[in-house]
Amino acid sequence: MAKPTGFLEFARQLPLDRDAVKRIADWNEFHTHADDAKLREQAARCMDCGIPYCHTGRLISGMASGCPINNLIPEWNDLIYRGLWKEALDRLHKTNNFPEFTGRVCPAPCEGSCTVGLNGSPVTIKEIECSIIDHGWEKGWVNPEPPQKRTNKKVAVIGSGPAGLSAAAQLNKAGHWVTVFERADRPGGLLMYGIPNMKLDKEKVVLRRIKQLEREGVAFKCNCEVGKTITAQQLLSEFDAVVLCTGATKPRDLPIENRNSKGIHFAMEFLHGNTKALLDGAKPPISAEGKDVIIIGGGDTGTDCVGTSLRHGCKSVTQIEILPRPPESRAADNPWPEWPKVYKMDYGQEEAKAKYGADPRVYLTTAKKFETDANGAVKAVHTVQIKWEKNDKGQFVPKDVPGTEKVLPAQLVLLAMGFLGPEQPLLEALNVERDPRTNIKAEHNKYTTSVAKVFAAGDCRRGQSLVVWAFNEGRGVAREVDRFLMGATDLP
Amino acid sequence: MNMTNRNEMNSGSPRLDFPPKQGLYDPRNEKDACGVGFVANIKGKKSHDLVKQGLQILNNLDHRGACGSEVNTGDGAGILIQIPHDFLTEVCAKQGIKLPAPGQYGVAMLFMPPDAKFRRKLEQAFEKIVKSEGLEFLGWRVVPTDNSSLGATAKSAEPAVCQAFIGRGEGIKDTLSFERRLYVARKRTFNEIRCSTLDGAQYFYVCSMSSQTLVYKGMLLTEQVGKYFPDLNNPKMTTALALVHSRFSTNTFPSWSRSHPYRYIAHNGEINTLRGNINWMHARESLFETDVFGDDIKKILPIVDPNGSDSAMFDNVLELLVLAGRSLPHAMMMMIPEPWANHESMSDEKKAFYEYHSCLMEPWDGPACIAFTDGVRIGASLDRNGLRPSRYYVTKDDYVIMASEVGVLDIAPENIAQKGRLQPGRMFYIDTEKGRIVSDEEIKNEIANSQPYRQWLNQHMLELGNLPDADKLPEPSHDTVLQRQQAFGYSFEDLRMLMVPMARDGVEAIGSMGTDTPLAVLSNKSQPLYNYFKQLFAQVTNPPIDCIREEIVTSAETTIGSEKNLLNPVPESCHLIELKSPILTNEEFAKLKHLNQPGYKSVTLPILYKVDKGAKGLEKAMNDLCKSASKAIKEGINILILSDRGIDKDNAAIPALLAVSGLHHHLIREGSRTRVGLVLESGEPREVHHFSLLIGYGCGAINPYLAFETLDDMIRQGLLVGVDHKTACKNFVKAAVKGVVKVASKMGISTIQSYRGAQIFEAVGLNEAVVDKYFTWTATRVEGIGMEEIAKEVEIRHRHAFPDRPVNGHALDAGGQYQWRQDGEYHLFNPDTVHKLQKAVRSSDYKAFKDYSAAVNDHMKNIATLRGLLDFKPGTAIPIEEVESVDSIVKRFKTGAMSYGSISKEAHEALAIAMNRIGGKSNTGEGGEDPERFTWTNDKGDSKNSAIKQVASGRFGVTSNYLVNAREIQIKMAQGAKPGEGGQLPGSKVYPWVAKTRHSTPGVGLISPPPHHDIYSIEDLAELIHDLKNSNRHARVSVKLVAEVGVGTIAAGVAKAHADVVLISGFDGGTGASPQTSIKHAGLPWELGLAETHQTLVLNNLRSRIAVETDGQLKTGRDVVIAAMLGAEEFGFATAPLVSLGCIMMRVCHLNTCPVGVATQNPELRAKFTGDPAHAVNFMKFIAQEVRELMAELGFRSITEMVGRTDRLEAKKAVEHWKAKGLDFSKILYQPEAGPEVGRYCQMAQDHGIDKSLDLTQLLNLCKPAIERGEKVRANLTVRNVNRVVGTITGSEVTRKYGAEGLPEDTIFINFKGSAGQSFGAFMPKGMTFALEGDANDYFGKGLSGGKLILFPPAASTFVAEENMIVGNVCLYGATSGEVFIRGMAGERFAVRNSGVKAVVEAVGDHGCEYMTGGIVAVLGQTGRNFAAGMSGGVAYILDEKGDFATKCNMQMVGLEHLDKEDLATLKAMIENHAINTKSTRAATILKDWDKYSPKFIKVLPKDYKRMLEKIKEAQAAGLAGEAALIAAFEANSKDKSRVGGS
Repeated sequence: MAKPTGFLEFARQLPLDRDAVKRIADWNEFHTHADDAKLREQAARCMDCGIPYCHTGRLISGMASGCPINNLIPEWNDLIYRGLWKEALDRLHKTNNFPEFTGRVCPAPCEGSCTVGLNGSPVTIKEIECSIIDHGWEKGWVNPEPPQKRTNKKVAVIGSGPAGLSAAAQLNKAGHWVTVFERADRPGGLLMYGIPNMKLDKEKVVLRRIKQLEREGVAFKCNCEVGKTITAQQLLSEFDAVVLCTGATKPRDLPIENRNSKGIHFAMEFLHGNTKALLDGAKPPISAEGKDVIIIGGGDTGTDCVGTSLRHGCKSVTQIEILPRPPESRAADNPWPEWPKVYKMDYGQEEAKAKYGADPRVYLTTAKKFETDANGAVKAVHTVQIKWEKNDKGQFVPKDVPGTEKVLPAQLVLLAMGFLGPEQPLLEALNVERDPRTNIKAEHNKYTTSVAKVFAAGDCRRGQSLVVWAFNEGRGVAREVDRFLMGATDLP
Repeated sequence: MNMTNRNEMNSGSPRLDFPPKQGLYDPRNEKDACGVGFVANIKGKKSHDLVKQGLQILNNLDHRGACGSEVNTGDGAGILIQIPHDFLTEVCAKQGIKLPAPGQYGVAMLFMPPDAKFRRKLEQAFEKIVKSEGLEFLGWRVVPTDNSSLGATAKSAEPAVCQAFIGRGEGIKDTLSFERRLYVARKRTFNEIRCSTLDGAQYFYVCSMSSQTLVYKGMLLTEQVGKYFPDLNNPKMTTALALVHSRFSTNTFPSWSRSHPYRYIAHNGEINTLRGNINWMHARESLFETDVFGDDIKKILPIVDPNGSDSAMFDNVLELLVLAGRSLPHAMMMMIPEPWANHESMSDEKKAFYEYHSCLMEPWDGPACIAFTDGVRIGASLDRNGLRPSRYYVTKDDYVIMASEVGVLDIAPENIAQKGRLQPGRMFYIDTEKGRIVSDEEIKNEIANSQPYRQWLNQHMLELGNLPDADKLPEPSHDTVLQRQQAFGYSFEDLRMLMVPMARDGVEAIGSMGTDTPLAVLSNKSQPLYNYFKQLFAQVTNPPIDCIREEIVTSAETTIGSEKNLLNPVPESCHLIELKSPILTNEEFAKLKHLNQPGYKSVTLPILYKVDKGAKGLEKAMNDLCKSASKAIKEGINILILSDRGIDKDNAAIPALLAVSGLHHHLIREGSRTRVGLVLESGEPREVHHFSLLIGYGCGAINPYLAFETLDDMIRQGLLVGVDHKTACKNFVKAAVKGVVKVASKMGISTIQSYRGAQIFEAVGLNEAVVDKYFTWTATRVEGIGMEEIAKEVEIRHRHAFPDRPVNGHALDAGGQYQWRQDGEYHLFNPDTVHKLQKAVRSSDYKAFKDYSAAVNDHMKNIATLRGLLDFKPGTAIPIEEVESVDSIVKRFKTGAMSYGSISKEAHEALAIAMNRIGGKSNTGEGGEDPERFTWTNDKGDSKNSAIKQVASGRFGVTSNYLVNAREIQIKMAQGAKPGEGGQLPGSKVYPWVAKTRHSTPGVGLISPPPHHDIYSIEDLAELIHDLKNSNRHARVSVKLVAEVGVGTIAAGVAKAHADVVLISGFDGGTGASPQTSIKHAGLPWELGLAETHQTLVLNNLRSRIAVETDGQLKTGRDVVIAAMLGAEEFGFATAPLVSLGCIMMRVCHLNTCPVGVATQNPELRAKFTGDPAHAVNFMKFIAQEVRELMAELGFRSITEMVGRTDRLEAKKAVEHWKAKGLDFSKILYQPEAGPEVGRYCQMAQDHGIDKSLDLTQLLNLCKPAIERGEKVRANLTVRNVNRVVGTITGSEVTRKYGAEGLPEDTIFINFKGSAGQSFGAFMPKGMTFALEGDANDYFGKGLSGGKLILFPPAASTFVAEENMIVGNVCLYGATSGEVFIRGMAGERFAVRNSGVKAVVEAVGDHGCEYMTGGIVAVLGQTGRNFAAGMSGGVAYILDEKGDFATKCNMQMVGLEHLDKEDLATLKAMIENHAINTKSTRAATILKDWDKYSPKFIKVLPKDYKRMLEKIKEAQAAGLAGEAALIAAFEANSKDKSRVGGS
């Protein structure tokens, strides 16, 4: 145990992010690390629980409680408290192939179920995780470790997002030849083009790891869309196993009046284009500069749109959310160690507030129609407030509140309302069975699809979820593929 | 005493002994204890009076014996006397037998078949043997008997009692030769008659066969002995010595032969190391060679009668040593040596004697008072710890009376020359030939100087430390450490949780909250073989040893090498290597390995096997190992080193325990074991449990090389800081050895030498084939895995270390045994179940509770418990309305014993309120209870008064008032998490409010001793039960035991000791703080203990007299129903109610950092407590509802209908688990045969016999005016030793009326005369004063609660009071307040755990003021050794005239000071009172010459206590008062970094 009384002695403290007003002038990461001494104090707050709920990774009421990849959190907290960075890194890598990604982008269900948080503030687990791995890279401790022995089995991984990458890393470790197919020009999937650079640096962080994987023997084929560039049948005949990690990329649409106006885009289109332009040194294809931006959807993607719009120099930004504003602290039916459904200010809102003086989110609001100008471009969004009422089936449904109609000016509208499931054409080509929600049908922990030697993992199997669940599935599918190929497996 | 007959030899016809092994009952576990005594004329003058006195002693020891389910069947009693020549001559003459002169003939006292026609055949066989041994057969006599007073059970097995007369015959020169010849003949009768197929042979038994002594004994009550044998009443029946014994056995089965005395001894106690002693004796036999027996030696083998009790076996060996030529005291000194190794003042000659003899034989260890005689000399010896009481009188007319108690014979005070007691390890010895008492010193000096033992040792014994260093060791290759750690199954948890505390601090790791992981055999993980063994521990029938506070009796020293002929000691017999510790560092091991000395040859045998060959390969490797070892021994090798160095991808290590124990038993069978020392060089062992097992199964020395390499590696990594390699290794060895000593001490064994090979373990989950071959004689009752699975477990670990494709990175696996981990071991309480339970009880949602219980019961996926593998047999369902209601069922529920101190006030009170709301029972735990809670209530009518008041070994807060307010009083014999150990509360948790209820000082750590110092055996427990019943006649008395093999037998004894309830706890229960070794590896699941208990009670027809309760990780209604079917009618829950109140299984109770305010005293954290009594009520009701649902489904209407219905349980079919599939539940589900008259649940009350007490017959009536009206009462009464617990009932009535305050001082003042029985004045409250003129037995003033006791010798006495014993052992145990004046010497452990009494005494025995936490003790004379051990509070003033007190004082926790003015005033006032109350001449002398004596007093002051007193004074000086001053002082103290002790 780090320090039995640490949680009584030290308060939770995170290093300050870069100043919100200044940081929106660039695309660099906004997060900074604490110094070693502060970090040790924070690690000392870990209670080394008999049941470390942070490490559990269960679903309670559909939400993650604890770390889905079961990071050995108390152990590395203890090691950090003792200043044993290298040992902490070894233990972190035991469960997590890419801590630099989770350390930046994970919403940290571990902290939601941290026992110190039961009646206080949780340990800064995510911050400690990120520091361990960044420190490791800095010290040159993260070196390629190609497998000592090759099995000469070939595995194709379709999609280079979080699930695909972790599957590839693990399968390669087990000695198989892995080829990752990516339809975009750069590998990384959501990590590359979904999450903006200020949250997760592409060159310094994402590509660094991908290069490492390449050095360990993983082959990446970009600009290669299975079903188009290469046929599904080709794949099946060339590889001993195929792992589908294509993600849940079909966005939810908003079929209201004038949806087809110019200036209304899916969030991913906006974010992808922006990051590609940034990396290519080009101008973003969709720019928010000088515009009133309305973002529909109050989730993480919406937040990324806020941050990106601000960096473009938008005139104003508003984020519309259909759900009510969450409470400041846990509601009675949302007890620890469940995922805390409480009000949080994320980086985008913080920046918006710094610039415009208010949180850009409006709650219990829905868009009724878009108003178009003469050029067919959007110029305003008509909204109304709603309330949630039970229908005759007992389900909660939104009802408009008369008299609350508003018209908000908008030259750019971004739809960030989540995703409906995987894109279907490839799945059809492979003829894999799907579940009623159009996801690939495969059991968790088994990952086998209806087609021999085809496996599925990540969002394309479970539907839209957290990056860390994708890591869970990527590691899991690798284990099952290894078992399938070799008859037994030592992969965790 | 352990019985060892495995199977009945003669089945069919009447049962003459224990029933055969059946179900979980095994006669091997039978125990007994007793009262023992003798009377002798020092000058050897014979008289019939002596016989009469012997019988009278027996009568007066009656309460130490017991009777079974029938009041007129005793457990056995008997008398040993000299050959009554005149009497025998007369009776023989009538039969036409002419006896020769005394000494020229011997008498055999025999049990024979009652049927004369069978008898004749046996007689003929007997005569033939006698004659063929060159003896003369003179004739037979049937001894007249009168069985009219015997009970049916005794009669059912009654033999004919016969005497055979045997003439000395030609050519036998002297008495000793004659005795030898009789011995050889007797030994032959065992093999040739008892073991023959002759009809009636099962009756045949030789009580005695000697020319010197004669034994009359039988399955009798003490008072029946004289009636049954009319011989004994014949005036011609004379003797100069009589040895008597009254037995208390744990069973009700007929057994005539097990009564004492045996041929040389009568024994009160138990031999704990028996299994090892038998094995070693057996192994030694092949070396036996002696002129005195010549070829006859073969006829007397085996020496140890395998069917005997431990006492009988002890007698067997003693007899051999004596007949082979050693004197009786010499042989006794060999078998029960004094603790010599750490003795500060023993002469070197004596030390050398013991050291030399330790090379010949290991001690027979265990609590014992052994009275011994050869017919001319008689004596008695106590075990090294002095755990049995023994007092004696010497009279002016040359008689000596020795017995477990004083007052067994009436002797006029003026005739008494001396009153004394036996002392630990000392011998009391009378030689009637010499006509005098020979002092311990004289006899032992003579023996110790009879040979130049020191010179022999100097010449021949080698000390490892003195051997030359070996060449420098090769540096271990660190890059392979991880790989080898993996191969041997190390986890990261092992490193950081177990090894770090050992290496850094030299202590074992502490944990809390019990264990809820699967048994090894049920685990999905590969388990080390060690985990299949559970440590046994002492409870009730013998005490655990206090190896920390009473370190003077323990020893870790051992020897290694080859033993020589036991019967022919020569200087070379000690040509052995002496090891200071059995665990060797790499450097020490290198010395041993490269030993190059004449007479020593070692060989290293690899213990590796081809891992891909699986079980076959493993078995072959074991066979090869045994063969190579045998061959090496033949070639003269005397040290075998078993080594697993050199594992690689193909070669795995044989589990070290398998290799060691398998080889050990092979060599025992072969008879070569003692010729060789076994040394293990292995990478596997790393924790205390591992070392304990290896040594317990015969290993002489262990070099755990990988453990040391791991420490190095951790130092290099920075995981282990603050120590260098050398210190880390030293600390690790220290912690490991201390741990092994502790494991041994839990079983009552004090030395590693006698622990070695003692096999104090039970196997759980190994099949009999494996156990019989490799772990012979170990109990294994549910079968389990075989070699196939053992090999597979090795293979899993090995492949993990040497994988085909390495994928697991650079770090050890997390583990998960102690803390939950996703990939680790399964835990019943896991994130899922904790959350579900809390959600259910908080939202009062039964459906959510079913979710929880389904998750717990989901044993198909996660088999964690034995009950998980049981299924119900379907029955005819009934409507649920017909089933006993929830409200009725919950009355059978209890919460576990959790002390206020270990858990917070909030949690403790919430449980009490909850249980009172539903009519169940909460339990105080061992920390007492705030008296305000006895009367508190609120508008809801809630009560905080815990129904069950626990009495544990620390006796914290156990006052008359506490006991009077109980509905049930629970004696905690053991606790699941740490059976055999005391609890402790670190000073940092002794907040002022905790200290108050415990009657102690804030900030000062509190320790409860491992044993109850008033329970060293079963009859002592009967006494405490009786004491407590007296303290509150309306409360039930319950005894808490922990499941282990033999617990059923103990429970039967508990039932016979008149407990109302027996609780069988599982090993897995929670705890505030325990060593991890104990949490994980000591004790058994309750399923086994409970089933064994129920079966044994039914077999004995005792089940209907006692309620049976069980606890240990009970979590669901299913658990309760299974517990009922296995035999329980009451049920305890602890962890689950705590979880209901908010516990989240942090397992940091011992750190005081519980973040939910449950197990902490920190006010800041207590504020975070969110539990509510309603949550615990919900839990109990939900459980009951689930029980009802199951009952309805199964067709049971009431709980009592379900009790013991194992016929409605079956083992789950189709268990696919690779290990669990080998389990066999037939013994658990066994139904003993018993008629319909035998009750199967509690349906009658115990007869506590308190109607006959002095209180109810006289005292209470006398005191009525005081109790009813507060009037003064004065009276004179006589008292005898059979009057026990005098004053306690009267005291309880005072308390009931006047509460803790009691009455004004001396309201009741009674003068007594005589010898008071045990527990005189126990729990007496304020306002009562007893003055006793005479003497008193043990437990004088036990639990004194404000009363006053005065004790002084009769006016007519002429002896010097301060030099004579006036009161027994363990006075003032757990006393909380009051005053005591004793004019004379007290025995051992005076004022143990005193927390408030002021006492004056004139001398005390060993361990005075042990564990004292408060009060003042003034000793006006000598003290024994180890004074003030564990003393954390209070003050003692010692008059140190000789100036040697400092050498006798245990300085671990106290300092010695001069008295200041205040002290002198206090002391003087106490002595003045003493003089007034007792007329002490000693006091008068001191007072008269105060200036001369007062500077000779020394003040003993505990260090922590002193610091707290200073802090309190500082706080008071700063203007604080009362509680505020205490709190300020406590806080100041907890910031003081120099704080020591108690933590």
